[in-house]
Amino acid sequence: MDITLTLNGKKITDQIDPDLTLFDFLRSHNCYSVKCGCETSNCGLCTVFFDDTPVLSCSVLAARANGHKITTLEGLQDEAKEFVGFIADQGADQCGFCNPGFVMNTIALLRENPDPTDDEIRQYLSGNLCRCSGYEGQLRGIRSFLDSRKHK
Amino acid sequence: MEHKNYNAINKSVRKKDAMQLLLGKPVYTKDIAPENALVVKLLRSPHANAIVNTIDTKVAKLVPGVVDIFTWEDVPDSRFTNAGQTYPEPSPYDRLIIDRHVRFAGDVVAIVAAENEKAAKKALSLIKVSYDVLEAVLDFRKAKDSNILVHPEDNWVAPIDVGGSNKRNLVASEQSEHGDVDGVLADCDIVIDRTYHTKAFNQAMMETFRTYTSYDRYGRLHVISSTQIVFHVRRILSHALGIPKNMIRVEKPRSGGGFGAKQTAVSEVYPAFVTMKTGRPAMIVFTREESQIAGSPRHEMEVRVKLGANKNGKIRVLDLYTLSNSGAYGEHGPTTVGLSGHKSIPMYTGSLEAHRFNYDVVYTNTMAAGAYRGYGATQGIFALESAVNELAENLNMDPTVIREMNMLKEGMVMPAYYNEIASACALDKCLAHCKEMFDWDKKYPVRDMGNGKVRCAGIGMAMQGSCISNLDVGSATVKLNDDGTYTLMIGAADMGTGCDTILAQMVAECMDCSVDDVTVFGADTDASPYDSGSYASSTTYITGKAVEKACTDLKKRMCSIAAGLMDCNEDEVIFDEGKLRRINTEQSVTITEVGNKSQLNNDIVPQASASHSSPVSPPPYMVGMVEIELDKLTGEVTVLDYMAVVDCGIPINPALARIQAEGGIVQGIGHTLFENITNDSKGRPIESSLMQYRLPTRLDMGNLKVEFEHSYEPTGPFGAKSIGEIVINTPAPALAHAIYRATGVWHRELPITPEQIALGK
Amino acid sequence: MITFQKYVKAETLEEAYTLNQAKNCKIAAGMMWLRLGKPNYNTVIDISGLGLNKIEEDDEQYRIGAMVSLRELETSKSLNDYTNNSIRDALKDIIGVQFRNMATVGGSIWGRFGFSDVLTVFLALDSYVELYKGGIVSMAEFSKMKYDKDILTNIIVKKKPCKCVYSSVRIQRTDFPVLTCATSIIDGEYKTVIGARSGRARLYSDENAVLADGITEETASLFAKKLASHVPTSSNNRGSAKYRSRLVRVLTERNLIRLGGLM
Repeated sequence: MDITLTLNGKKITDQIDPDLTLFDFLRSHNCYSVKCGCETSNCGLCTVFFDDTPVLSCSVLAARANGHKITTLEGLQDEAKEFVGFIADQGADQCGFCNPGFVMNTIALLRENPDPTDDEIRQYLSGNLCRCSGYEGQLRGIRSFLDSRKHK
Repeated sequence: MEHKNYNAINKSVRKKDAMQLLLGKPVYTKDIAPENALVVKLLRSPHANAIVNTIDTKVAKLVPGVVDIFTWEDVPDSRFTNAGQTYPEPSPYDRLIIDRHVRFAGDVVAIVAAENEKAAKKALSLIKVSYDVLEAVLDFRKAKDSNILVHPEDNWVAPIDVGGSNKRNLVASEQSEHGDVDGVLADCDIVIDRTYHTKAFNQAMMETFRTYTSYDRYGRLHVISSTQIVFHVRRILSHALGIPKNMIRVEKPRSGGGFGAKQTAVSEVYPAFVTMKTGRPAMIVFTREESQIAGSPRHEMEVRVKLGANKNGKIRVLDLYTLSNSGAYGEHGPTTVGLSGHKSIPMYTGSLEAHRFNYDVVYTNTMAAGAYRGYGATQGIFALESAVNELAENLNMDPTVIREMNMLKEGMVMPAYYNEIASACALDKCLAHCKEMFDWDKKYPVRDMGNGKVRCAGIGMAMQGSCISNLDVGSATVKLNDDGTYTLMIGAADMGTGCDTILAQMVAECMDCSVDDVTVFGADTDASPYDSGSYASSTTYITGKAVEKACTDLKKRMCSIAAGLMDCNEDEVIFDEGKLRRINTEQSVTITEVGNKSQLNNDIVPQASASHSSPVSPPPYMVGMVEIELDKLTGEVTVLDYMAVVDCGIPINPALARIQAEGGIVQGIGHTLFENITNDSKGRPIESSLMQYRLPTRLDMGNLKVEFEHSYEPTGPFGAKSIGEIVINTPAPALAHAIYRATGVWHRELPITPEQIALGK
Repeated sequence: MITFQKYVKAETLEEAYTLNQAKNCKIAAGMMWLRLGKPNYNTVIDISGLGLNKIEEDDEQYRIGAMVSLRELETSKSLNDYTNNSIRDALKDIIGVQFRNMATVGGSIWGRFGFSDVLTVFLALDSYVELYKGGIVSMAEFSKMKYDKDILTNIIVKKKPCKCVYSSVRIQRTDFPVLTCATSIIDGEYKTVIGARSGRARLYSDENAVLADGITEETASLFAKKLASHVPTSSNNRGSAKYRSRLVRVLTERNLIRLGGLM
């Protein structure tokens, strides 16, 4: 079947198998930031924006993206650069495999709630697993980004 | 303790790859493998113990896109081990690439190579196998000398005698004793005799096992793999496939986590075999289910502790017996078990008169275990630290006081640790520091919060090593570039921990340059100097020292080149604030000038390599304290605060050391409270996905606080010891202790779930 | 992982219904559970284009489209004001925000899963499902029905004087629940729902009028004890029947005390 969608601001049309997942579709369109960690919708590594909502691309049919706007980290480099340096300063990037999903969902959080409390951050990002960092450094990084933004 | 003003050491610089990782750049194995690689999938046994009677691949091979299917009839019949260890490996040679005798539910029955994933999956479903199903040995307590043999074959080989015998289901066995254990035990006022049980926890690194293979332009097998051990992988593949080592190149791109899982060559041999057979590039990506059921998890262990003490709390004697479950294959079986005693007992050197440590490691028809952060110490420390807490509660003594009385102190000789001297040990300071930071005196008493909820605290101490003494080899090559920057080439593997960066910090310190002026390359068997790999907590301590040595050599070489430029003797030239200066003169040349000179009419190579091994393995130390709120009616435990103080010598990069500690603590919390590994009655794993194997999220861990106490390890680079493994060891004993404080029940098996707490079982 | 040959985005409910009568076809809502199945379907019928993604509210009721996401329910101020945040409490620990952006209320209720937080909380409200052919059916009745080939289009929640509280026990915070419990008083009538028993959630009323004179520590305790003795529980890898029965008592009693505090 044919689908047409806007991927990272660019309109594309492609022929796909009806049971292709959005995850596989995105990887085949060079969006390598999108990672798979579990196959059961539990890890958050494959987070992308469907229109502007964060979803798990492993659990969405590519067919469903027809007529919609899909955004991956490849399309949000500038917005990501604003805060990921603060994560790097904590060393909380670690192996990095969960980072794209974490960064995407953090962007979603901050768009929805520009000044979250620590508990709101933990709650919103609870579906983003990280096995390396123990999460605390990610929290410190987000917190210092928010603090720096306030002091600007 | 030595404290210097450092340029690049003890500085929290960003990881060199941080921005690439955080911005999602394609740097992992699957991102860089070409699209045209054959998809490799494995058919796995549903039975825990069976012989493949017949296997029919005819129909499966007809699926469009299927290139070939391999079975036990197609593979070499000499046995090997997947364990990433120095040759000759202590682990037995008990594997074939595909064995007709499958020994756990998940063992490989066939390898499918196809043009695409759909075809490969279709083929898997069309392979017809008839099995002769055998009775399985699933309970590791019943494995030794069972009449069911996991490895009855005659070509089983133990490269080193570690006391094992395949005819007894025994991977390894050893006894050791120091002093008159039975005599001291008989003389003690109190003997705590308890048995503790830990499970085969999965590392669950976010990137599952994966490997890409192809033939390079010289017709050699080129392996790109997410591994901690490029050189061991080369040897293992050479051995398994029967091809010369020099015809194999193994490299590691960025790796999505390992924690020891990738110290075993879990996935490499399958695509390598496919490439060898078909001549085509091949790629395997383990599903999460495969990683869960056929990975290389922690060894399940049961540790019996007999602790003898006086009624004033003096711990006089320790007697440990560990039974370790290696699963269906012996990878790391003979070695992990040793740490359960060797890296727990020495913590009580202060008062100990005698100790004994015996162990057996057995085969069972369950998933083969491997290396996991902590490597046996975690299991032993859960047991011993719990026993010490039981002693304290029994004697009605504060458990921090009982530790102060008995613990190892700097300068002591450790009879239970190969008679090494604790040359850098701030364990006592860690305890005092943690006690104050945590406000132990206030949090230790049980406080009733109403509505069935209580708050209280628990404690655990830990040690680890910093390498495998007299065995691990770390190497580094440092070269000067013509722009005055340096390239560091290593065979150690950064799996996210940041070793590329901390080793670059060491170069920057030695060469008095910025960390940004050091490029790091690794790990690649064709280009990197030999390194055992990143495991055994050894990279900072061993490879770091090699970096230091190589830099010393390189400096001499640069001085020689500079001497030529300044027309003086080499020993007149010194490094001075980023320049090479002729002593007692104003004459100097820049590093760049030396770099340029090295490429013009020059016969001194501006490059140096060094290797390093250590006769000792200095332990890092740690104290962890946890405050929980426990709901006595539902059994739910909420971790409120986890605080820890670590002595890793001088932390090379405090931010990265802290993240190591925080990450290890959260893994430990997961193992203690909910991660579980169970099998059904047929030996099939239940926790085969992240839906069933629950990892801690940021809602499960409370607030973490980690601080450091510095000691200065004279044999380490810049006073450093290790940090990577020790950090996982304190949560289990600390949480079990806190749960006892809340409920009056000691839980001696992990995980400790709400149900067990509520029902007091 | 699910495979199928054909994907149809239905343009009318009638089209979706007709397609769904064929063998080996499946209606796709959020697809969070559907995708994990192994079967090979002929056709997957997407009902996301049928306008079933709105929460409508009037003086009488809420009408929640089947395709409304769990996250939209969780963040609906009106629904949560009406239910004392019990909807939010029921949904907030389900895996993560991204998952709840995709999982739909229709799919969750249609599945009538044994572990369902969603079914548990809706059973405690005066709620109904609207089926394309079957019409409006009370949630309690629907929860006992067998799977058929109808299509769930909306969930209706009647606005009546209501207080509701929700609690669950989880081994790990975002895991499936070991037990769920929703307790409400609607128009003077007490409802207690126990889910993850480990079977489908069940609704219980105060048939012995234990709470008739109001909630006190004594009546809450008595009610909870009696309920625990007759709610059927069973064992699975999340918990034993014995532990679940204990949780029935603890959660019911605590919910009642909380409910009493709201009244």
